[in-house]
Amino acid sequence: MSDNASDPTLLNVENLTVRFAVKRGGGWGQRSYLYAVDDISFTVRRGETLAIVGESGSGKTTAALAVARLVEAYEGCVEIGGTDFLNLQNEELRQARAKVQFIFQDPYSSLNPRLRAEAIVREPLDSLNSVPPAERQAIVDRLFREVGLRPEQQRLFPHQFSGGQRQRIGIARALSTQPDLIICDEPVSALDVAVQAQILNLLRKLQTNFGLTYLFISHDLGVVQHMCDSIAVMYMGRIVEYADRLSLFNNPLHPYTAALLSAVPSVDRKRREQTKRILIPGDPPDPINPPKGCRFANRCPVAQNTCRESQPPLREITGGHQVACHLVGDDGVSPMKELATEEA
Amino acid sequence: MSSDTMNKPASPPEEVVKARHPAAEAWEMFRRNHAAMAALIVLSIITLVAIFGPIFWPADPFEMVWAPFSPPGEEGYVLGTDYLGRDLLIMLIHGARVSIVIGLAAAFVSIVIGVTVGALAGFYRGWVEEVLMRFTEFFQVLPTLLFSMVIVALFGASLPMITFAIGVVSWTAVARITRAEFMRIRELEFVMASRASGTKNLRLIFGVILPNALPPIIVQAALMVGSAILFEAGLSFLGLTDPNVVSWGQIIGSNRQYILDASYTVTIPGVAIFVTVLAISLVGDGLNDALNPKLRQR
Amino acid sequence: MEPLLKVENLRIELTTRDGIAPVIDNLSLELNAGESLSFVGESGCGKSMTALGIMGLLPDKIGRIASGSIIFNGEDLTKASDARLREIRGNDISMIFQEPMTSLNPVYTIGEQIAEVLRRHQNLSASAAWSKAIDLLDAVRIPNPKARVSDYPHQMSGGQRQRVMIAIALACEPKILIADEPTTALDVTVQAQIFDLLRDLGRETGTAIILITHDMGAVAEMADRMIVMYAGRKAEEGPVEQIIDHPRHPYTKGLISCVPHLMATLTDERPELTEVGGIVPGLKEFGRDACLFASRCDRVDDKCLSARPPEMAFDNQQFAACWHAKEV
Repeated sequence: MSDNASDPTLLNVENLTVRFAVKRGGGWGQRSYLYAVDDISFTVRRGETLAIVGESGSGKTTAALAVARLVEAYEGCVEIGGTDFLNLQNEELRQARAKVQFIFQDPYSSLNPRLRAEAIVREPLDSLNSVPPAERQAIVDRLFREVGLRPEQQRLFPHQFSGGQRQRIGIARALSTQPDLIICDEPVSALDVAVQAQILNLLRKLQTNFGLTYLFISHDLGVVQHMCDSIAVMYMGRIVEYADRLSLFNNPLHPYTAALLSAVPSVDRKRREQTKRILIPGDPPDPINPPKGCRFANRCPVAQNTCRESQPPLREITGGHQVACHLVGDDGVSPMKELATEEA
Repeated sequence: MSSDTMNKPASPPEEVVKARHPAAEAWEMFRRNHAAMAALIVLSIITLVAIFGPIFWPADPFEMVWAPFSPPGEEGYVLGTDYLGRDLLIMLIHGARVSIVIGLAAAFVSIVIGVTVGALAGFYRGWVEEVLMRFTEFFQVLPTLLFSMVIVALFGASLPMITFAIGVVSWTAVARITRAEFMRIRELEFVMASRASGTKNLRLIFGVILPNALPPIIVQAALMVGSAILFEAGLSFLGLTDPNVVSWGQIIGSNRQYILDASYTVTIPGVAIFVTVLAISLVGDGLNDALNPKLRQR
Repeated sequence: MEPLLKVENLRIELTTRDGIAPVIDNLSLELNAGESLSFVGESGCGKSMTALGIMGLLPDKIGRIASGSIIFNGEDLTKASDARLREIRGNDISMIFQEPMTSLNPVYTIGEQIAEVLRRHQNLSASAAWSKAIDLLDAVRIPNPKARVSDYPHQMSGGQRQRVMIAIALACEPKILIADEPTTALDVTVQAQIFDLLRDLGRETGTAIILITHDMGAVAEMADRMIVMYAGRKAEEGPVEQIIDHPRHPYTKGLISCVPHLMATLTDERPELTEVGGIVPGLKEFGRDACLFASRCDRVDDKCLSARPPEMAFDNQQFAACWHAKEV
């Protein structure tokens, strides 16, 4: 793996698809499939952060779980540091898991309530057995310092910590195997706002200190804007827009991205005055029988007949800014621009 | 609770939080439940009698000591004698041991079968679950009393066989509870975290998930000891018991013809069973409250 | 003009394992008809408890109003009987909750649940209640209300269920609608729809809205005035714009700046977020005669630790309970 260290790309995901069998009324044993993640591709460079954003049911968490092989992918390829992660088996897979770690959303259910904090942080080391047992305590000591917990807190049980402190334990656990990639699944959305800042700052400090690479799953665009270098927006299992941070936030091309951004309430008066709220009515269509055209078409304020007939592919517009919408011109003008000016 | 960061020199000195094991908190909670505590004391006394009674009163419970049907108190026989003139007190003390041992052993048998089946079904899901749950349902629909009578009738009325028979007909509830707990806990994030760090399946099942699934299983086990004692009494009453060993149910069974003439011969062991089972279920209830994290929070 | 709701020196006590804690400590506030007021704060600051106190829904035996008054339309709710409170709830003051998944009864259709409220409070006939239920669903913008009225809750999405809850809350045209984190469980595009709906309904019906939230952005979008709560006490009160522009309490300041907000234009700069160190004090601390924010505040001095700060008034109707409010 070490000969790949010079390659700037750490994570390369191609055509990842995850489907779940669902039982529906009708014939006995008849199965339909829900494509939770439908043919998505993205890459993350070493030391950078990619955010996958989307609302509930968009498939963002499933995509993350599939990358870490906590959910089996149906199709596609996940390369981490040059290793084909999806084709590893048994012992090879077990050892490779050290390279991908997870930070979970819920600080209450993500720690085993029966273990002391030190045992929780040490668990991955014990499972992988790659470090001699005598050295493990020293690693745990160092990690506790690193995430801002006191050494005597190692002996406590999870329920004796506050939410923020629990999340710190979760971060220490994720760091224990010296992973290349850390997947953060909504790491702060269960925390109080004042504590969120502490955890976000900690995550950024750790990234600078250790050159960590994050795959950041979130629905909170404010947090994403603060944490990430590039962003993939998902809607019903597909990536609808994929761009670097500045392009996406300052020039959203896909109507869904534009609506999503405009829906975020802000304390900035200037932003409130400038941004016209784009209300998207209704709900996403049935994910088991998605429409044959663009999946956003039924809620899209500018949808046309082509949108309902064929599914738009994700294509590059300018300098890495990708979008899956028939109506975005090659010059990179969002169809929403017209809407905003028409009404003004 | 202590403070989140240490970068505030102005904050008051850190409270020293002692590491408290979850079990210690559960005990704390249990102690507040007066009914359960009283039941626990009663149960402890019964258990002590069952363990040490036969050592202090080593008399043979089957020996005829006095005239049959002497009511309690006569001639120093505190609880009187039965239809064969045997000392009921001695029988009760010796029978306690057998009844409680059968209760515990039968509960143990059903926990072992139930937890194994439930854990595997709940962890692996898919076809493993289908097969195991159909198997469980098969046992669930058998008429329990008839089935255990068949086992005892076929293989003989020895204590181990009676215990086994009771265990085999009562494990399905444990399997269902365990499966439900496993299905819930396996999706929790700390189990995901364990998987993400390469923990092997066997350790996931028994080292990570099972300890967290224990509370409802423990409660069920406690209740099952009580129902196993009742079940044994029922079998004994029907005469399906080891005639060489005295148990509470057997005392009732053997005296049942005289229930009208010497009602105390049936009432006294009946009360013993009633008190024991009631105490066990009160303790089980207390455990339920103490181990239920929802009630303990805040 | 007399305000619609006037809370004076309200003290709500909660009995805990460690004794009695004042979870609401000397809170006063006013709400005018048609106004939209927001309670902001972290979990455990007492924002929901205030709402439950106003509704007369404090947890039995554990919580009680120890002193103070809640004057609604000239009537003191702290002295009202249970029967009278039941009448007021639903008719004059109603509430919607955070979790639209569990606040509806799954075995009745939504039409039955709305009609039930109408029949109980307004003595409408069954058919009149049913047709009003359809009107209400239309008012909360559920498409095709005639058909959806016989749906069961599980047939609706989270956003639609919250709309149904709003329809039930508005059924009797209340004077006050209390919304306790109404959109926390919902997606942001759905949140925008719900906010839009609440704003329009407030304007059309003149219902005053109390929005309870932790999200400063939501406050900025929704409310005219806000009250920042901390550890059961009012930290700051005033017009929303004024407070966001110039918070006078260090806690308010922290609450605003610790969140990475979306700004008008994004730049490459990403400064570290301001942290409000430490955590909320435990219930044991609540009654103390000191500033309860002191342990997390960087302006703390001896005065803050020894005496509870009074509410400092500013010209623009802003109030801040901080010894250093003038300097912040």
